[in-house]
Amino acid sequence: MRVRKGRIVLFALLVVVIFSTVGFTSQSVWEDITLGLDLQGGFEVLYEAQPLEKGQDITSGVMANAAQAVSQRIDVLGVREPEISIEGENRLRVSLAGVKDPEKAREILGKPAVLTFRDPSGEEKLMRGADLVEGGAKQDFDQNGQPAVTVKFKDAKKFHQLTQEYIGQPMPIYLDDNQLSAPVINEPIPNGEAIISGNFTVEEAKELAELLNAGSLPVKLKEIHSNAVDASLGAKSLQESLVAGLYAIGFIFLFMIGYYRLPGLVAVITLVTYGYLVLLTFSLLGVTLTLPGIAAFILGLGVAVDANIIMYERIKDEIRLGKTVPSANRSGSRRSFLTIFDANVTTVIGAAVLFYFGTSGVRGFAVSLIVGIVVSFLTAVALSRFLMNLLVRSNLLKRPGWFGVKEDEIGEL
Amino acid sequence: MNYKLDFVKHRKIWFLISAAVVLLSAASLLIQGLNLGIDFVSGTRVDINIGKAYDRQEANALLEKLGYADPNTRKAGSEDEMLIFRTSQVLQPDKVNEIRDTFRKEYGKQVGVNEQKVSPIVGRELARNAMISVAIASLGIILYVTIRFEYRFAVAAVLALLYDALFVICIFSLFRVEVDLVFIAAILTIVGYSVNDTIVIFDRIRENLKAYRPKSFEELSRTVNESIHQTLIRSINTALTVIFAAAALYFFGGESIRNFSLALLLGLFSGAYSSIFLASQVWVVWKWRSMERRRERLKANPAE
Repeated sequence: MRVRKGRIVLFALLVVVIFSTVGFTSQSVWEDITLGLDLQGGFEVLYEAQPLEKGQDITSGVMANAAQAVSQRIDVLGVREPEISIEGENRLRVSLAGVKDPEKAREILGKPAVLTFRDPSGEEKLMRGADLVEGGAKQDFDQNGQPAVTVKFKDAKKFHQLTQEYIGQPMPIYLDDNQLSAPVINEPIPNGEAIISGNFTVEEAKELAELLNAGSLPVKLKEIHSNAVDASLGAKSLQESLVAGLYAIGFIFLFMIGYYRLPGLVAVITLVTYGYLVLLTFSLLGVTLTLPGIAAFILGLGVAVDANIIMYERIKDEIRLGKTVPSANRSGSRRSFLTIFDANVTTVIGAAVLFYFGTSGVRGFAVSLIVGIVVSFLTAVALSRFLMNLLVRSNLLKRPGWFGVKEDEIGEL
Repeated sequence: MNYKLDFVKHRKIWFLISAAVVLLSAASLLIQGLNLGIDFVSGTRVDINIGKAYDRQEANALLEKLGYADPNTRKAGSEDEMLIFRTSQVLQPDKVNEIRDTFRKEYGKQVGVNEQKVSPIVGRELARNAMISVAIASLGIILYVTIRFEYRFAVAAVLALLYDALFVICIFSLFRVEVDLVFIAAILTIVGYSVNDTIVIFDRIRENLKAYRPKSFEELSRTVNESIHQTLIRSINTALTVIFAAAALYFFGGESIRNFSLALLLGLFSGAYSSIFLASQVWVVWKWRSMERRRERLKANPAE
């Protein structure tokens, strides 16, 4: 049979393209992947929304507003990629990867930050945070040179009237249930501006101004669960799992080439492609990589190896039956296809159910698993078959030994 | 072909082993339960802000003196100036004050204490959620395998899957290994792998069934034996590679995923075992029963 050099050249070209793509771009792909809390450290908290006032309904609209308000507050904290999700009917999960000071985060996130101006008894609420001009709060100094916060009311006329009504009396200012100050109204204020002093440091006054600008929360958020992971601990987990992963992959590669020879080499090429494509998909879909995600990645790797092994065992069977290498390759890959397909579909069904019914961690695992299985099917079946066909049909590599089959194992057809 | 091992012939031994494992896990779960980690139990978390560098051993000794045996603590804060102490007791304010005063006496007046009650509902909900998901996923798998194969294969595969999950839970219960949220991810991984592993063998049985058309129990068990043998190298090689990957995670992956990799390691091993020694055996017994019943029906009513 004539040796077709073209196919070998194409094969070599593909391998060069795959390895150089992986070599040159994997660094930047890796940097694009968002690492979860458990891998880079940070703070996660789950809140349950409770009515701010009696009789308030927690609707999905209210929850969306609360999520919006929380996300504006996270801007105050300066976290790059916060994850805020509404779970169930009244829960809010906030993940802040990379946050170094959980206490500060907790303080800023959970405060309803409802500013109220009350009557002298402190009972009746006269003006509220919602009456403030948006973004109008700023840090300033009061007449004694102490740090303070100035705010501006939308309805200057109403404030004017109130200050006339309570002239000579204190008008206490509350943040949530804490009285910040109780200034005595000396004269009516016509311009709608009020100054809040309350023994602040400059820092605290700035923070309060930012909090007021971010808007108050429409609900009371009760912390029901929190989880803080130390950044150094996260980085250590990541580095250790990566090292462990390298050992595992190294062994798998050696084993595949040692046991399956030529097809084993093809398997190694497809596994490298698998790893690269999964990471690429993670970065394109914005999947956050967590420890359970790494587990799913490894399971996908196992499934990809399994698919390769199933196919090559089939091809070896066919060679042992006395078929020529090209025809064994053809029927072996065809007959193994449905097996691999069925095995993968059952796993994907499981993963899809987990995604649909699961929450947070379980969901992240399911997404990673589905990505892993789909990519492993593409690489371990489609790419693997394509590469094998190129090699086998070049008519250059026909010896059964290349497939790990000994001559004396081959029976007569 | 001469068999080194007749898998079907010794099926009673395999059933006995599997039943023993199930009984053992049931007993262990009932008697000592699982060693639940902080994600699943209620208690109190006390953040002690010491405000300067300190020695964790010394701090632990202080807590032990207060009556908290073997306290679960870790360092926190940007300069490791905090100590986070978790206990399964629900601490009353006077207990918290006692801790604060003790630490102030030792480390100075700047020590601040912040306590927080930890609620296990989130962890429990996740666990319950995972269980429901696995149950629904099992139904989905049964449906798919019934359509593509037959329902006996489907039920046998799901039995093997549940067995694998139970096996790992059993070992964790027996040896009191701590169970946390990541453990759930490990169980899910095992469930995924188990099905995958079983289906490959079933696929070969189905194929050989068409080729051999077995009529007697001997022929049926020969078919199954041969199918297992034909896929044996694949089973061993696949198990070897994934088990090695899990072992690498266990030995080099660090403290945070050690329990996770242990669960994975056990589950992969069990998954390989259950495909051959449980799922295939359940199927062969069940299949034979229904073949016999069908024959009797035919005998009674030849026209059918």
